[in-house]
Amino acid sequence: MSTEVRTTPSPTRPVVGTREVTQWRVVVSEWVKLRSLRSTLWTLGAACVALVGLGVLIAYVRTTQTALDTGPGPGTSDPTATALAGVNFGQLAIGVLGVLVVTGEYSTGMIRATLTAVPRRLPVLWAKSAVFAVVTLAVSLVSVVAAFFGAQAILSGSDLQTTFGADGVARAVVGAALYLTVVGLLGMGLGWMLRSTAGAIAALFALLLVVPVVFGLLPASWNDTVGPYLPNNAGQAVMTVAGDGSLLPPWTGFAVFCGYAALALVAGAVRLVRRDA
Amino acid sequence: MITATNLTKRYGDKTAVDDLTFSVRPGVVTGFLGPNGAGKSTTMRMIVGLDRPTSGTVTVGGRAYVDQAAPMHAIGALLEARAVHTARSAYDHLLALGATTGLGRRRVDEVVDLVGLREVAHQRAGGFSLGMGQRLGIASALLGDPEVVMLDEPVNGLDLDGIRWIRGLLRSLAGEGRTVFVSSHQMSEMALTAEHLVAVGRGRLLADVSVAEMLASTDSGTVRVGTPYATELAELLAGEGVQITSSERHVLSVVGRSSEQIGAVALLHGLVLHELTPQRATLEEAFIAMTGDDVEYRSQTIDDTSRRAA
Repeated sequence: MSTEVRTTPSPTRPVVGTREVTQWRVVVSEWVKLRSLRSTLWTLGAACVALVGLGVLIAYVRTTQTALDTGPGPGTSDPTATALAGVNFGQLAIGVLGVLVVTGEYSTGMIRATLTAVPRRLPVLWAKSAVFAVVTLAVSLVSVVAAFFGAQAILSGSDLQTTFGADGVARAVVGAALYLTVVGLLGMGLGWMLRSTAGAIAALFALLLVVPVVFGLLPASWNDTVGPYLPNNAGQAVMTVAGDGSLLPPWTGFAVFCGYAALALVAGAVRLVRRDA
Repeated sequence: MITATNLTKRYGDKTAVDDLTFSVRPGVVTGFLGPNGAGKSTTMRMIVGLDRPTSGTVTVGGRAYVDQAAPMHAIGALLEARAVHTARSAYDHLLALGATTGLGRRRVDEVVDLVGLREVAHQRAGGFSLGMGQRLGIASALLGDPEVVMLDEPVNGLDLDGIRWIRGLLRSLAGEGRTVFVSSHQMSEMALTAEHLVAVGRGRLLADVSVAEMLASTDSGTVRVGTPYATELAELLAGEGVQITSSERHVLSVVGRSSEQIGAVALLHGLVLHELTPQRATLEEAFIAMTGDDVEYRSQTIDDTSRRAA
């Protein structure tokens, strides 16, 4: 070890300012934590690349296929859905980041330092959620807007041309960024609940990817009634310009999706406060 | 000041901490002594609110930990298990912790220098050696300029320089009027740093005494005398209340005369002395003498030893 041993410690130096823990200070602390991990940059970078890259790529592929007749499926005939093709991949990266922000503290033991510094505990959950939501929303918003205009630059003049001002388009694009942010918060909630990276990621992916498939196997009448309320479908509503009637109204769907995330966060909060760390 | 009252922690049907009542006073280094598995770490986790007591209370500066407005100023703790995100640099770790209580880079720089981590402060904490990790833990503990410093097995993993540094640090912190509470399973380490001892075995309080008291309680008053004139000296020293035994040639064990008296007698009669040593019990002997009838402590130790050997 190359460090020097000090023989004259002086930890008595007066510390300026009051030393009370405030919610704002915990927010600053969580911001320092988020920006000082390389995994944050990697996952957000991956989300960015997926969102912009796939949106532009799918748009380009579409221009080579204009002669072909395309079905009404999402992402094919809908110009906004084409631009937002990367959301399905971006949500995985952002969901994982949401999980890691929480479970990374448990797996490394950092949580002990965190909760020793903030013994009331809940301010940590609020601060983490707020910092994560702001950062994720900013990155997602920039990415999906870039994806939309990038895709439209390629599609202009084709049958898939549209404008940001067209009916429902701005709502769908902004909605995609909101959806991504809430996916991350859902991941955080599961992280607080399960305290394990593998467990929380598995639960998140099951909720987003597996549950809709399972319900798709059920009798149509069940699926039609329950289907729109499943997390993934409810979340899709807000970023779909013109639904085919199987989805909830955009903001209703988004509210339902937010409900899932809120439920996970509340359950996580209860576990955080009640159980030994 | 740390005050534990009837502190108890059960995990299922296992009682880790059993009705502990003690207090740790400011201005001295208090050792928290006990074999591995005696409940020291659990007690410390309850002190900083990580574990909730099954019953009883523990306060720091008169307040339950959860009610501390400025927790990092009330107490700085180094717990046994690491509490650092492995992918974050030491510097950012301290910066994030300090931010919760309004401390900035200036204070982080101070503690980084204090513990001697300047050169590695911007490296990932996950790559730190055990000793560097301990230093980072101590930096975290001292960050908030705490009134109570609580360290769980702080010398673990430190080299000799580091251990000497810790001892000096603990004494100077206590000298500044802080409460210093340090756990160890090594009696010899406690003997060198602590003035007061709280000893536990199987979660129960065994002793809450000053080191001096503990040593005095077992002081036999024996003086070891080395002289080629052992027989002559024994005759001169003999008297009422004096016991003299000799287990080896030229050496006497004298009870009932002080070393000053023996020296004076020898000088008066011109007898050469090679050795004149008051025999003090070591802390370990004193501790065993004091807790000797506590079978639990010893059987625990034997359990631990045999488990490790198995």
